[in-house]
Amino acid sequence: MTTETSTEYEKYYVPEKSKLAVCATIGLILSIFGASYGLNEMTFGDGSGSWGILWVGLAIFAGTLFVWFRTTIRENIAGMNSAQLKKSYVLGMFWFIFSEVMFFFAFFGALFYVRNLAGPWLAGEGDGGRMNGLLWEGFQYSWPMASTPQESIGGAGNQLIANNGTFESYDKSMAFGDASAWYAWLPLWNTLILLSSSVTVHIAHLGLLDGNKKKFNLWLGLTVLLGIIFVFVQAYEYYEAYEHFGLTLNSGIYGSTFFMLTGFHGFHVMMGMTMLLIQWIRSVKFGHFTADDHFGFEASSWYWHFVDVVWVFLFLFVYIL
Amino acid sequence: MGDHHHGPAKGLSRWLFTTNHKDIGTMYLWFSFAMFILGGSFAMIIRAELFQPGMQLVDPLFFNQMTTLHGLVMVFGAIMPSFVGLANWMIPMMIGAPDMALPRMNNWSFWILPPAFLLLASTLFMEGGAPAFGWTFYAPLSTTYAAPSVTIFIFCIHVLGISSIMGSINIIATVMNMRAPGMTYMKMPLFVWTWLITAFLLVAVMPVLAGAVTMMLMDIHFGTSFFSAAGGGDPVLFQHVFWFFGHPEVYIIILPAFGVVSQIIPAFARKPLFGYDSMVYATASIAFLSFIVWAHHMYTVGMPVAGELFFMYATMLIAVPTGVKVFNWISTMWRGALTFETPMLFCLGFLVLFTIGGFTGLMLSIAPADFQYHDSYFVVAHFHYVMVAGAVFSMTAAVYYWLPKWCGKMYSETMGKTHFWISFIGFNLTFFPQHFVGLAGMPRRIPDYALQFADFNMMSSIGAFIYGSSQILFLYNVIATIVSGKPVSDDKVWDGAEGLEWTVPTPAPYHTFETPPKVDASHAHS
Ligand code: HEM
Ligand SMILES: [Cu+2]
Repeated sequence: MTTETSTEYEKYYVPEKSKLAVCATIGLILSIFGASYGLNEMTFGDGSGSWGILWVGLAIFAGTLFVWFRTTIRENIAGMNSAQLKKSYVLGMFWFIFSEVMFFFAFFGALFYVRNLAGPWLAGEGDGGRMNGLLWEGFQYSWPMASTPQESIGGAGNQLIANNGTFESYDKSMAFGDASAWYAWLPLWNTLILLSSSVTVHIAHLGLLDGNKKKFNLWLGLTVLLGIIFVFVQAYEYYEAYEHFGLTLNSGIYGSTFFMLTGFHGFHVMMGMTMLLIQWIRSVKFGHFTADDHFGFEASSWYWHFVDVVWVFLFLFVYIL
Repeated sequence: MGDHHHGPAKGLSRWLFTTNHKDIGTMYLWFSFAMFILGGSFAMIIRAELFQPGMQLVDPLFFNQMTTLHGLVMVFGAIMPSFVGLANWMIPMMIGAPDMALPRMNNWSFWILPPAFLLLASTLFMEGGAPAFGWTFYAPLSTTYAAPSVTIFIFCIHVLGISSIMGSINIIATVMNMRAPGMTYMKMPLFVWTWLITAFLLVAVMPVLAGAVTMMLMDIHFGTSFFSAAGGGDPVLFQHVFWFFGHPEVYIIILPAFGVVSQIIPAFARKPLFGYDSMVYATASIAFLSFIVWAHHMYTVGMPVAGELFFMYATMLIAVPTGVKVFNWISTMWRGALTFETPMLFCLGFLVLFTIGGFTGLMLSIAPADFQYHDSYFVVAHFHYVMVAGAVFSMTAAVYYWLPKWCGKMYSETMGKTHFWISFIGFNLTFFPQHFVGLAGMPRRIPDYALQFADFNMMSSIGAFIYGSSQILFLYNVIATIVSGKPVSDDKVWDGAEGLEWTVPTPAPYHTFETPPKVDASHAHS
């Protein structure tokens, strides 16, 4: 086999030794150590109080990420990133978002499984039917689940199988109820807010492509603002759920799926918002980004669109259907 | 940075702070070997307890911790990281890239593994003991009934997942973006192809596993009821989520092994791989099918008949692309100028024994028959044929095959062959009898058994001790080669080997292909 060295070639930048990975490792491992022991103390009452370790770990982790991104940004400004390296970043971000999609897929899968299969079986339908008469006599299935199997048999004390907690259903679910009061239904407003934020971030991108930094800063700032409003509305919704609807994490599988899906979504909104906010500060304060070099912004905006699409599915399958 | 060439830094900082794919590959390989020994010693405890019927050495709870940790350490600590290490070493050299696409993240993917496993192993000393619910950690054993160590276990799984996802993203970006000019997709060595597809699988299913353990975490600590029927959830939901990850996971383990075998057999048959294109398509179809067969692990759980049938037929379909591969390897050897150096011996061992594992898999895929086989030693025999004789043998072959390129020294052929034969005999002595006791009804994961299984179990245990000790020989062989092996200076260590990695000097310099080679049009894949 013959090999010769190709001529025109931009060198791929391979960074020198770096302490970043080790610092990030220390942060991550301290975090999970603190979280595990802290949770165990909370639930089982043993282990030494360790929440402090979690906070130290998270602080180290966040600090490392800050330095890490600052380093890559500086490398880019110094012109060390060839077009090929930039493509590696693009691929990295794309497949990272794909992995996030799959994370949500697990929770949506759980929702579909419970709603279409396990729920009806618990109530005596189909092949799993006998369980109902044996264990959960009288349980009727509906979605949102009006009463948990445990409640149907008169509480945890009557359970024939191991008891793993008390599950009491809600007084009022989050599903769309009264059509005449649609304007008071928060999820609808939140949908509008999040959808329009996808539009504003796109307008910001168009502005940047035109080289219009003022337009970019304005619309990007607006996007962040919409994100913040979304999070506050969501938080208010949780407050209502806990305080007035009796809907909690303990409200059986409906509460579990509702809070886990919207909760992880909300967490991702906060992440995306932070990313966009950082890009906004970079642009406003440091004048970063040009029409043909703005990957930091582009990656954050992809992430934002992803969060938005997840919400559309949430709105459909958690709130409406 | 300029153009200066620099070698590795000195001392510990070289390894802690490195961004070099070869350093990182080396760390992965040594780490996975350490885990192999750790997981192996857990297995020795299991086999010592099962040497004779009756309760012999350990109490049942500890026995359960051993089966659990053995599985977890071997799957997540030994096999997976070993192939990631191999990918790190070989992929850039095989496609003519200067390094992995994202070198700093590469280092991070590695360094979170050792502390995570340390933390997991430390649960052995916790009150209530280490996880004892099997490597498949079914709810409610892993939720309602679990010891507090389960919380640590959950977070460790998260960390392993983060590591795998970052490692895979790196591999995808490297393969898609860093191939040398002229290295088109259909010219890539099969090891690169199989890893590319494996990386897709990993990015797709590790997040689902993260979802599963997160649901466990919430059920245990925050009162949700995903896996509790009392609240309207379903413990079987856990099995669905787990196996949606778990079945692709077994292909994550075996596909890179397929890649290795597809590199080595042509080299020692001195013929190009038979049916390169069909190998690529077979790999892709296996990956696709692996997403729609997961419930073949759950035939006995009480699924509707339509579900049983669907998963049964889908599972049987996988035998088709797998068969394509086996026949291609055999055809590659047909009329080849075969020689039987150690890497080739391990590949042939792989070929024969993996095929046996494939056949038992086919038996297990028949739903009505699986009602008898399920959770018996027959399943244990099946998956050890595919995972040990499959993945571990091919990994061993890879080490012997590329070790001379890595360190510039040749291992002793006599010692290598001795290692192979002891492994081969020990392995079969351990696991072949398990087919029989399994068919006769001996359940897995139980520290005691009925008297009629005594003879076969004693054989199994003796075989396990033989196989286990042969790995010490492996360690010795590798160290002896590095320290005092016969130096080799040919770029191309094996006369039949093909591929870019054989065009760089031996031992491979710290940096290779800083400017990419030009792969000429006539050069086909190996
Ligand atoms: C021809 C291909 C294969 C088929 C048809 C097949 C089929 C099956 C079936 C039906 C089971 C479930 C048995 C039971 O629990 O009752 C099983 C278990 C298993 N298989 Fe395979 N298999 C194949 C190849 C592989 C490969 C390549 C690997 C890994 C390298 C693998 C790893 C496993 C493992 C680890 C288990 C047991 C999981 C557990 O319960 O702990 N299989 N296989
Ligand atoms: Cu499977």
